[in-house]
Amino acid sequence: MSKMTIPLGPQHPALKEPVNFTLVLEGEQITGSTVNLGYNHRGVEKAAESRTFLQDIYLIERVCGICSHSHTTCYITCVEELAKALVPERALAIRTLVAELERVHSHLLWLGIAGYEMGFETLFMYSWRDREQVLDCLEMVSGNRVHYGINTIGGVRRDITAEQKKIILSKISYLEERTKYYVKLGTEEPTVLARTQKVGMLPHDVALERGAVGPTARASAVKRDVRKDEPYLIYDKLDFNLITHDTNDVFGRLVVRVLELVESYKIIRQVLNYLPEGPIAVKVPAKIGPGEAVSRYEAPRGEDFHYVKANGTDKPERVKVRAPTMANYPSVSYMLDGGYLADVPMVIAAIDPCMSCTDRAMVYDNKAGKVQIYGWDDLRKYGIEHYKKRGIDFSKM
Amino acid sequence: MTIDPILLALIYILIFPGFIFLTVYGLFLQWFDRKISAVMQNRVGPPWYQALADIIKLLSKEVIIPDACDTVMFKILPYFAIAAVVTAALLLPIWTDALCSFQGDLVVVIYLLTIPTVTFFLAGWSSTSPYATIGSMRVLTQLFAYEVPMMLSLIGPAILAGTWNISEIAGFFTAHKPYMLAQIPAFFVALMALQGKLERVPFDIPHAKNEIVGGQFTEYSGRLLAFFYLAVDMEMVVGAGLINAIFLGATLGTAGILGAVIFLAKTLAIVFLLTLTKVLMGRVRIDQMVRFCWQILAPLSMAQILFDIFLKFRLG
Repeated sequence: MSKMTIPLGPQHPALKEPVNFTLVLEGEQITGSTVNLGYNHRGVEKAAESRTFLQDIYLIERVCGICSHSHTTCYITCVEELAKALVPERALAIRTLVAELERVHSHLLWLGIAGYEMGFETLFMYSWRDREQVLDCLEMVSGNRVHYGINTIGGVRRDITAEQKKIILSKISYLEERTKYYVKLGTEEPTVLARTQKVGMLPHDVALERGAVGPTARASAVKRDVRKDEPYLIYDKLDFNLITHDTNDVFGRLVVRVLELVESYKIIRQVLNYLPEGPIAVKVPAKIGPGEAVSRYEAPRGEDFHYVKANGTDKPERVKVRAPTMANYPSVSYMLDGGYLADVPMVIAAIDPCMSCTDRAMVYDNKAGKVQIYGWDDLRKYGIEHYKKRGIDFSKM
Repeated sequence: MTIDPILLALIYILIFPGFIFLTVYGLFLQWFDRKISAVMQNRVGPPWYQALADIIKLLSKEVIIPDACDTVMFKILPYFAIAAVVTAALLLPIWTDALCSFQGDLVVVIYLLTIPTVTFFLAGWSSTSPYATIGSMRVLTQLFAYEVPMMLSLIGPAILAGTWNISEIAGFFTAHKPYMLAQIPAFFVALMALQGKLERVPFDIPHAKNEIVGGQFTEYSGRLLAFFYLAVDMEMVVGAGLINAIFLGATLGTAGILGAVIFLAKTLAIVFLLTLTKVLMGRVRIDQMVRFCWQILAPLSMAQILFDIFLKFRLG
């Protein structure tokens, strides 16, 4: 059979965000694949340089629509380290609580997407319905469902009352029951097993070599979790297990995520019972630095990494974000090769991709064979020329 | 006053049990399927006129025909699909015995029901876009997988009844109701094969939207797409009617309005089973589907045939 090249994306029902996978097919089998990024580069890092440290929290929060708390906490840890602020224990505990609620919400969302990608709509509907419970908790704690805005430099903005604690505990008990059902469903339902087992294989040594992070790595039996390796917030005081699985396939990633839900419930209970008395924030001066700091954070999708350089003013000189999806892309192309076209959505969804968080753009001159650096004026000129060719003139704006 | 036979034939073909009835009942079954699955999935589901509204909306949309495709083929295929399904409906017992009934009409109905699938394949193939091409190859692969178990499962009851006439098979099972229970494995095989024929979960592989967008219908739009969807809905009525006639004794010896009510009730029950299958499962891969049909469904229906032959000898 002749080879056929089909584009998957940037607009495709399997993808929630724009990215392009070019697949070379022989019948139903994939013989080659390339990943093309850059459809949704928003220049967040550059924009962060023109805002104050405090304003940046709200910008960084919008890097991702799911792990928004992960990004702000990771960024704020850098800033607080530079400002030498002593964050109160209660604030750290509340941050941990929101972080784990966020992990629950993200993993339930993933479970739904996985169901949808394998055509199992009932699983999608059920897990998204249950996800509403944890979203309600987050809304009650922070005032928002997705962009919580609970972090501020030096602490958190809202406290947790005894009443809220009770409601969260009851909702967690309900979710724990539901999760038991999902564990049963995920490990026993024949079509789920047929679509996940031996699909998207990522052997242990390849996962290490390609630097996979998060549940993707842990499903290949890589013991890698920042919460254990380099505890931040109050994770060193908590008792939880590092979940790994050794099947190396999409099934393993499903099991790891569902079992992590159970661990998250455990953590949430411990944090709520631990919750020390005291203030929830300290004052931090607006001008910070000079100096530079990095911090690592275990987001629901894997290790998140932030770098902040301060120069003594109220604005950062450089902010660098490395979202977990970036680290998992190299593994995707390995997993796609030799697989079936029908498994592509499952394989891509299994890393829980977040294209927009991770997007990169680079201008590469093919003839000269080198990278070109564009300034703001060059970009503006390029944009105007690009649209002029299509008959729209923006030069007078 | 006697009604002109030509007028009567036209009424049969166009109104009942032909085109209009199939359209209305097909759209109703589509809504029923969607509403029931919505309730099972803890959703609200569409209002009763949704299926009709969808068709009207599609009919009013512009038809876009890709430059690269075979224009004539592309345009006439939806009508072929509908014509085949309506013809098959005339051979089924609905409110009384079938309108045209002859030895071997079972085989004719099976062949007529294969025509829509072939038009789906040709539709995808003549669209020439990569998604449609892959979709149409899957349609054909799937056809070879479910068609044989489907035929084998329908042959069992025919052997037991000793006739190839659908109405006579229905009559046999009406007279010997306990034998219906002996046909449960074949009934199950026929249901699963029908699920594959109608391209529903877990066998909606040809138009799996996460993989190949719209599959064989990717390039279709407007009126032509509406007629394809209508053909699928009608196929559901005819498929459910065929299973009703072969395995459940059709009208159970009644006629007129009571017969029609029995037909509606039993086809609704069959569609309910199809919906249940759809809700309980995810989509399988094409190789898994072929394996399932050939390793489980086909041997099961073979065993049923052997059992029926044995039973036939015992009956004498």
